[in-house]
Amino acid sequence: MSVPIERPPRKDPQRVTRPPELPPTERSRASLALSAAAARGGFSMQVCDACGAVAYPPRDACAHCLGRSLRFRPVDDGGEVLAETSVQTSPNLYFRERTPWRIGIVRLDSGPSVVAHLHGDVTVPSRIRMILRLDTGGNGVLMALPAGRESENMADDPQMRELVADPKYRRVLVTNGRTEVGQAVATALSRAGAETVFVGVAEPWKPFAGQEALAALPGIAMVPLDLTDTDSVKSLAGQIGGKTDILVNTADHARPGGLMADGAAVTMRDTFDVNVFGLQRLAQHFGAGMRARGADGTNSAVAFVDVLPVYALASTPDYALYAASAAARHSVLQALRTELLAGGVRVMSIFTGPIEDEWHQAVAPPKVQPARIAKAVVAALREGREESFVGDIAEDIAARYRDDPKVLERELRV
Amino acid sequence: MAKYGSPRRGYRDVAVAVPVSIPYERYSIETAHWWIARALEKLVEGAGIESGDIDGLSIASFTLAPDTAVGLTQHFGLSPRWLDNIPMGGASGVVALRRAARAVEAGDASIVACIGGDANQVDSFRRLLSSFSRFAQDASYPYGYGGPNGSFALITDYYMRQYGVKREDFGRICIAQRENALTYPNAVMKKPLDMETYMAARPVADPIHLFDCVMPCAGAEGFMVTTPDIARDLGLAHANLLSTIERHNAFPDDPIQVRGGWAMDVDELYAVAGLGSDSIDVLETYDDYPVIVMMQFEDLGFCAKGEGAEFVRQHDLTNTGSFPHNTSGGQLSAGQAGAAGGHLGLVEAIRQITGRSLSRQVPDARTALVSGFGMINYDRGLCSGAAILQGEGA
Repeated sequence: MSVPIERPPRKDPQRVTRPPELPPTERSRASLALSAAAARGGFSMQVCDACGAVAYPPRDACAHCLGRSLRFRPVDDGGEVLAETSVQTSPNLYFRERTPWRIGIVRLDSGPSVVAHLHGDVTVPSRIRMILRLDTGGNGVLMALPAGRESENMADDPQMRELVADPKYRRVLVTNGRTEVGQAVATALSRAGAETVFVGVAEPWKPFAGQEALAALPGIAMVPLDLTDTDSVKSLAGQIGGKTDILVNTADHARPGGLMADGAAVTMRDTFDVNVFGLQRLAQHFGAGMRARGADGTNSAVAFVDVLPVYALASTPDYALYAASAAARHSVLQALRTELLAGGVRVMSIFTGPIEDEWHQAVAPPKVQPARIAKAVVAALREGREESFVGDIAEDIAARYRDDPKVLERELRV
Repeated sequence: MAKYGSPRRGYRDVAVAVPVSIPYERYSIETAHWWIARALEKLVEGAGIESGDIDGLSIASFTLAPDTAVGLTQHFGLSPRWLDNIPMGGASGVVALRRAARAVEAGDASIVACIGGDANQVDSFRRLLSSFSRFAQDASYPYGYGGPNGSFALITDYYMRQYGVKREDFGRICIAQRENALTYPNAVMKKPLDMETYMAARPVADPIHLFDCVMPCAGAEGFMVTTPDIARDLGLAHANLLSTIERHNAFPDDPIQVRGGWAMDVDELYAVAGLGSDSIDVLETYDDYPVIVMMQFEDLGFCAKGEGAEFVRQHDLTNTGSFPHNTSGGQLSAGQAGAAGGHLGLVEAIRQITGRSLSRQVPDARTALVSGFGMINYDRGLCSGAAILQGEGA
């Protein structure tokens, strides 16, 4: 049974912060596809189109039939662990700081033998359930968990915690407390064990709906934050940037209209100011601090989460300006993912369909309830998932996007 | 037996001579080129020839990059008509020998110098690991980055569970080899090892502890392959090559390695040599970790699978014991100089069966078996080989 982690003590300012190191990051192209599968979540392995054999390590030709068409598909996650070791010494700085590190050889029911991280609750030999997760270097790795039901404190296993961004004991900033989405996310993170949830509120002298319920939650701290104001972002980062372990940007400026509508230029500028420049301001003023604290103990900096519309992947005529800002936002997140990688800080994109709020009244259902988004944020953190799609519309668009973006572009016209 | 093709042909006219060892250094600023050149120089001296007489060159090294054996011809001013580069680590000595032997038999070369040598600068080992193989990079190193220690720890853990082997059984191998090493002047390890010290060593990757691991060094080993006629003309003590085997990626469906390629080919090894395992006077196995030594005892027919530990308990593995094994101390006590480690046993065997031993001479040693094993590409060693040689004895 996993030992529960302890609440981290207040940081000793005299102590040198451990510099973030990464596990080995080099991968072949075939293995990058394993990482992509891990980024999306679920358990997938390379399967040969010609003979159906499951292949591992990822390769360019099937060892059973020499077929070259190998694709990642969901496969049975069961297996048996045959052998284990605890690595006590490593020339790699990341592992050297984290020894002993437990690994094992697992015979998967789907065929291959694999080297995998072993959860502390796994005994050898025994049946296991394999999961695919991203390591702090952003690459897909396998971890064996005990087969059967989850045991208590399983998420507190130190090797497990390295592979996810669990909010337990961490300090979170949710950027917009004025919206239902922001409030739902803050509430969910407080319930998920976050130590503190800072909630950004622009123009704090103006009261807002839901304010009292939010303030009554444990660990909530309202902070002034206006993403369109560089000084405001900078000032807040000065106060809490050194203790922001998870940042969730829920800011969203959604306005209907096309490129030729009256006042489109002004609307577009306002939309970009919140959705794109706001994100860049957060990245600039909070990013460097988070990157430096990627290995700072139990409450190290772990994730930068952005909730953005799924129209980042393809435009929708009714919200052309908004979709353009979402596409820019998506691109900013990709860049940020690379910039924060050196600190092992994950960037997570939560793509949503139209939200059930005042700015999507004219949009036909199904629409996404704020609580659903909050649940997806917590799940993404607990699974270390890089991309999540929330709601039927977002999932539908994601599936069509993966199939053929040019077809999707046409489908969204009608 | 393969589905197609004819049975393996034995060797008629292959002599193996001039064993050379360049004493190892733990760390050295010298390059692989330097170590290999030193071994070649010693081989030329020992053979009483000029370097221009070498018309075949076989090189094994992990640290020559960006060069290969090709670059060394110009670097050393050699113009060989036969050239080989063996990227097989611990199997490189046996593989170099069997390829060179066929070249000499066919007349493609007359005097082949086979050299394994590597540099070991302070950061070499770390850099070598990071560029070892694609599968290791993708699917082994991201898991604790234990290098070969981690991989062999998993193999050892399974082998111990499967066959009821105790750490003490591996200790017997390591302790006997240390005793042998104390008689070999080039051995890096100079202190005796007892069971208490062996058992008390710090864990490196459980169940592997410090004395189960080799010490990476810089150094070189080499030997010459030629015809018996040329060897006699040059007045060189030599051994005759009787039989060899080589196998890669054997038993790919074994979920975890419990045997090497020897188990596939061992009958042919003895049949071609025209003798059995009971005729072997000296055995030199590849010993980067003791578990693989035990597997070789089994797979080379000295005992059945799973009986390696009992075999070790029943035999004295020292040079004057009932089963002389790794008579210069093996890599566990002599040190591992990269690909030279794949040549160490072969060089020692030539010395023992030609009566030129630097370590304590095994009494009446005439027939030797040398085995090689190498390249943990992902979760197991892929290359294995073995050779039987016979000499005139002391």
